[in-house]
Amino acid sequence: MKLSASSRKSIVQSLAGKGLSLRIGSFNIRLRSSVGAVADHLICLYGAFNILDGLDFIDFNVAINPPLSLRRYLRPQVNFSFDGYFPFKPLPYAQAPAFFEWGLNWCIASHSNQFLIIHAAAVELNGQAFIFAGIPGSGKSTLSAAMVCRGWRLLSDEMTLLCLSDGLAYPVPRPVSLKNQSLDIIRQFSPDAIIGSIVNDTLKGTVGHMRPPDSSVERSATPALPTKVIFPKYKQGSQTELAPLSKAKALLKLAENCFNYSALGKEGFDGLGRLCDATDCYDFSYSNLDEAIALFTELAS
Amino acid sequence: MSLLRTAFIKPESVLSLDLPQWSQLIRHARRANVLARLGFYLKTAGILEKIPAQPLLHIKSSLTFAKAFECSLQWEIHCIEAALKPLDIPLVFLKGSAYYVAGNSAAKGRIFSDIDILVPENRLLEVEVALINAGWITSTLDPYDQKYYRQWMHEIPPMRHLRRQTSIDVHHNILPKTCKFSPDANKLLANTVQIPGTNAWVLAPEDRILHSATHLFNGGEFEQGFRDLSDLDLLLKEFASQENFWTQLRYRAEVLNQQTALCYALRYTNKILNTPIPPEILNNAANRRNAKLSLFFLDLLFVSALQPGYGCHNNPWTEIARFCLFVRSHWLKMPVSLLLPHLLKKSLKQMNKLIA
Repeated sequence: MKLSASSRKSIVQSLAGKGLSLRIGSFNIRLRSSVGAVADHLICLYGAFNILDGLDFIDFNVAINPPLSLRRYLRPQVNFSFDGYFPFKPLPYAQAPAFFEWGLNWCIASHSNQFLIIHAAAVELNGQAFIFAGIPGSGKSTLSAAMVCRGWRLLSDEMTLLCLSDGLAYPVPRPVSLKNQSLDIIRQFSPDAIIGSIVNDTLKGTVGHMRPPDSSVERSATPALPTKVIFPKYKQGSQTELAPLSKAKALLKLAENCFNYSALGKEGFDGLGRLCDATDCYDFSYSNLDEAIALFTELAS
Repeated sequence: MSLLRTAFIKPESVLSLDLPQWSQLIRHARRANVLARLGFYLKTAGILEKIPAQPLLHIKSSLTFAKAFECSLQWEIHCIEAALKPLDIPLVFLKGSAYYVAGNSAAKGRIFSDIDILVPENRLLEVEVALINAGWITSTLDPYDQKYYRQWMHEIPPMRHLRRQTSIDVHHNILPKTCKFSPDANKLLANTVQIPGTNAWVLAPEDRILHSATHLFNGGEFEQGFRDLSDLDLLLKEFASQENFWTQLRYRAEVLNQQTALCYALRYTNKILNTPIPPEILNNAANRRNAKLSLFFLDLLFVSALQPGYGCHNNPWTEIARFCLFVRSHWLKMPVSLLLPHLLKKSLKQMNKLIA
């Protein structure tokens, strides 16, 4: 059953009780939370995801709840817990929904060594997955969010899950995280985009999440073959420019942007090697989203 | 009995679990920091590939991590050896790193954050200076903490490597000077074993067990209690086949003043993990604690505190037991005349921090 078919009341009840279980790409998660904003976050952004019954295996048990301290009356906070412990320090109460997203990113990135996990967004068209890698602030989320608004399938934002045994990119089509001016850029670019509550003053600045297209969520059991690795760089006023990058350089740049490259050792190196061998690699600078999307759509045709 | 305990005692038992039970088992194993060790058990039993795909991914993922951990551990040990080589002292590894260099089964799937070494007390300063020269720095600059460690503890304040961010605890004994069970460190050092072909040394097998026991049962930290108990279980099983092992173990416990810790180690590994221990040894250990009532309470506390899965199956009793044992560990650590000023000082500092 899809989450959108449940009433807010029953979602809030599940979250406050035994937890709400969701299928997210290859993962089953169970979330407990007494925070109303977390329920609203799910209703707004996770409507197309399936709710699981009690008979499934749960990969990650997480909770977002205020700590039991006197401080809750002065400066309320929330904790993220995983398996009953707290991997992070508490954050201000208003950041609860974003904390859920960040915490779940961490759960996946640190416990899924069946994948090589690249700090990159991945989108797909015509069976071709494009991987957008790069340091935070390079505009990879903005670019992939815009592409998704124009009909590309969202495989994942924040992390690309590259399966080491079949070389495919596996979907986790969770909401796309947009920061600071990206929020306005996407709002203008696609007025239909659904963006959840906005949180100010986080470590990353102002943060909001864009709802993934229902069609991406519905196809989240289908992995895709990576064909391009692109390192985007948003530069105001710049031309749209796609510059080929040698496979060796691409491999080194990717290695710097992996979450578990060192944990995988030689397997990780070999996995990146196969990825770079099988894809075309580029540096990409842009300032105009329409031009960028037209170029990539052409490349994927 | 918890699923995790059952799985450790009888790995084949996992084959009959349904998916929700698997979720619980993986969660508890991860929480107790023994997921990779569970993987090692299942692998040894030859049933790893028979378990359902979803939990198998998590177990394999942790085994991958454990492999990378071993690799970085090996490098870290190499760096410590290189840093201390000019001093020409036998470098004695303790606990996790000792199990690793000695190739003990207790090293399998054991993930830990600090490397512990034991050096003669009169060489402490040289060791510290050599480590500083090689890039380690002290982890606390607080003058009270510094003094507290150096005056009363069995180790200097933990050191951290500036670049690698790895930690090392340099010990000169296995218990604080203030603890009434504190052994004569020279007797430990005189009995160490060299790992062939290296400059790495470890405590003798019996002493290794006694150290593991005293660390668990005199310490106040039970977050990793189940993992530590499993270490003892694996060490006891591994060494049990050695000639005169049990006699020697009891003899060393006496020499090192660790009879009580050994009594608990035998009692609770046997109670919780069914570790095979000869009945006369076990009874003898129990009789040492002749006060039946105190043993009754200790059973209540230890059996609860050593349960895996703290924090996820909401057993308040486990938390209460752990708190009581935390308090107990402080009683054991130092006489009241030292403990009270120390606690007072610590709480004042804590309050200052809150106000500031």
